[in-house]
Amino acid sequence: MKYYISEINKDGTIAVDDTILVKGVLCSAGSHIMDGFEPLFSAEAVERLEKAGYKLSGKTNVGEFGLDLMGEFSYYGAVSEGGKLAGAAAALVKKGEAKAALNVDLNGSPRRAAALGGVDFIKPTYGTVSRYGVIPAACSGEQIGVTAASAEAAAEVLGVIAGHDDKDGTSLPQASYEYKTDEGVKGKKIAVISELFDAASDEVKKTVEAYAEGLKAEGAEVKTISLEEAKAAQLAWTVLSAAESCNNFSRYDGVKFGYRTPDYKNIDDLYVNTRTEGLNFLTKATVLYGSNVLSKGRYFDCYDKALRIRRLVSEKMAEIFKEFDAVLVPACGEASYEEYDIKEAFEKTYKEALFTAIPSITGIPAMATGGVQLMAAAFGESTLLSVAAAMERRG
Amino acid sequence: MKYEIVIGLETHVELSTNSKIFCSCGGHSSPIEPNDCVCPACAGMPGMLPVMNKRVVELAVQAGLLLNCEISKYTTFDKKSYYYPDLPAAYQTTQWFHPICKNGHVEVTTKDGTREIGIKQIHMEEDAGKLVHDEWTDTSMVDFNRTSVPLIEIVSHPDFRSADEVLTYLKNLKAMFRFAGISECEEGAMRCDVNISLRPEGTTELGVRTEMKNMSSLVSIERAIKYETARHMDALERNTEVLVQETRRWDDTKGRTFSMRNKETAADYRYFPDPNLMPIVIDDEWLGEIRDNLPASIEEKTAEYKDYGFGDKEIEMLISERGLCAILDAVVDGGISPKSAAAWILTECAGILRKNGELVGSLSIEPSKLVTIIKMVEEGKINRGGGKKVLAAVLEKDVDPVQFCKDNSLDAQADEGAVAAVVADVIKNNQNAVNDFLGGKQKAFQALFGGCMKELKGNGDPQVIRSLLEKELEKLK
Repeated sequence: MKYYISEINKDGTIAVDDTILVKGVLCSAGSHIMDGFEPLFSAEAVERLEKAGYKLSGKTNVGEFGLDLMGEFSYYGAVSEGGKLAGAAAALVKKGEAKAALNVDLNGSPRRAAALGGVDFIKPTYGTVSRYGVIPAACSGEQIGVTAASAEAAAEVLGVIAGHDDKDGTSLPQASYEYKTDEGVKGKKIAVISELFDAASDEVKKTVEAYAEGLKAEGAEVKTISLEEAKAAQLAWTVLSAAESCNNFSRYDGVKFGYRTPDYKNIDDLYVNTRTEGLNFLTKATVLYGSNVLSKGRYFDCYDKALRIRRLVSEKMAEIFKEFDAVLVPACGEASYEEYDIKEAFEKTYKEALFTAIPSITGIPAMATGGVQLMAAAFGESTLLSVAAAMERRG
Repeated sequence: MKYEIVIGLETHVELSTNSKIFCSCGGHSSPIEPNDCVCPACAGMPGMLPVMNKRVVELAVQAGLLLNCEISKYTTFDKKSYYYPDLPAAYQTTQWFHPICKNGHVEVTTKDGTREIGIKQIHMEEDAGKLVHDEWTDTSMVDFNRTSVPLIEIVSHPDFRSADEVLTYLKNLKAMFRFAGISECEEGAMRCDVNISLRPEGTTELGVRTEMKNMSSLVSIERAIKYETARHMDALERNTEVLVQETRRWDDTKGRTFSMRNKETAADYRYFPDPNLMPIVIDDEWLGEIRDNLPASIEEKTAEYKDYGFGDKEIEMLISERGLCAILDAVVDGGISPKSAAAWILTECAGILRKNGELVGSLSIEPSKLVTIIKMVEEGKINRGGGKKVLAAVLEKDVDPVQFCKDNSLDAQADEGAVAAVVADVIKNNQNAVNDFLGGKQKAFQALFGGCMKELKGNGDPQVIRSLLEKELEKLK
């Protein structure tokens, strides 16, 4: 069981996913194909942390390129706690071995890990934290977020890493990067999306219901609503993220860095054997799926349609946030996961995307807290953090 | 049956920018050694993100304006995926769905008359790197210097009807882009994909087409077109072979094309919008700015210089190099008459450069310094010979012209008083020659004149010396 792929400072307090570059520290993204890759520069988020005086503890184990549920298919082995799958960062924070962790959220993996691991994770609005120095997979939706033991700690670290960056063309200048945790819950209107709630297991439903009761007790109004585009968002994000990942992973070809097959006679063999040996089954499935939805005959039926769904879902969510301050939904379908065969991984992650795809595809902020997931309108991080903080104070 | 040649061109032009298209590495002319000019971004390292070079957009729009294109208000970048070792990220960032310029046209004039060539579109993209194959060690090496150097690709309609039209068009593009500062268009900086087919004259359906990729020499393009025309003609007329749509490679040594075992026609590039580059909106204000910054075209400059009264030869020399035009225009703006400015540039500057084995086209001088020199001469502060000396010093060591005159007492020599003193001295010290002259020997005048020049170390104005000497000798008669 490996939490850290590489350790950096013995007295460091912030763990960083191995999909985020730290200058001079080998970076694997959980993959064999990155073998020996030493980054020439640090991610902007890492630079900001270090400039603010935070010390990094090490690089945490992740599933290959962050595609799986929460790290079960790392080349360095799965992380588990008490026989159940667990995220390395969430586990370290839960144990108190790290104050916080930076994680790349592209498919909801750190949100699931936090919800199941009993800690908080906030994925801010797309464009809030620079993606400079993130091993790219699904560029149009992935964001660095923060895992922490409390909403206050998450807000503190997010405030440090958030900010405009000229090196990232999608970095969105915002009026303020200060995050509040004291806005309270009283009077807030919270929506539960039935399509997501209904799809979860009974145990998860109970957790969501209990959270809703807590919110009501704190003076919030909770109402169940329907979002019939939820399934479309799930499929569309799978299409977009697989396509973008397929394109981004093409650079791992054995020519410039990382793993190279010993077995080649020409350039075609070099490409094919390197990638066959260097990538795991889930990554290969993602690449093939992504390649397929981008192919000539399918582009307009798959990729282009997914872009249209992205817009539609964004509009629908904006409608919802005209009436509601936040959305309360499950973070995942099950209350725990056991190790499983990698051949099932693509279907499993697709299934879980129902719960996590909406913030990924629309760019809105989301937070895993108290075993559930909250979403808010773009730039609504303080709403999420305040709700979470109030509920945490309630205990 | 008579056949008509139908040719369409895709022309890649390297843009003259100081940096690459998505990073701050130097542009096309910077590197010396392989992989000198590479950063994590243009090497396709994971974690890098592209940041758009604004100048590329401006130059692409200017190219579009010169080719009478519609300029898109909304333009986007797309990723084109394929594997090749010179393409580090395994995708090329290009424009597939919303190119920056569309629907242009340009005229070409050949001995067969003037015809209009339609421009389908112009799009921006990044160049790929270069592979170097070493046969001795049986290895291939990659040079990423050229990776991400900005290009525009100009896609014409299949409107060319002869090799002559193709060459004229390419020469015109080259001259136009060089003059506007859009591209230096040096060897290899302009590359063409040539699509060619034949059809019976009078018909409208296109014949079977072959494509020759990546041709940069005009001579090769002409030979290749002629070869392909003959090959197609043989196939159509004498059934020598069955034509298939394919990419062929031109072999310059063998003087013929070869079919390429072609995977590329079957390749699916899987284009999709690049999520890391936001759409670019070119509003009227920005477009207006870019249009205002577009330098005068060759035609406009030629007309302007004709109005100045310049001869055809002078105009041709000036137009051949936009840097010369820029210097001339600045000198004229500095208050010098166009004729005088042209003479100083094309005669004096050219003369000095020629002595050093350089052409006038390589002239590099701060126009204000040239203005100062010309003014000093024209106001009689120094003579023309002195002016040339200052000019030479400015060209060689970039000295300050006024200071140089002072340091070398050039301005003093122009002073009639100083010349008069020398003349008086020479007369006083050469009584024999004076007597000879007064006795009717004209040759003696030359001796006295030479004496004055010698005293003045060649800096005196011959006109001034001659007239003063004549005046003084007259007094003695």
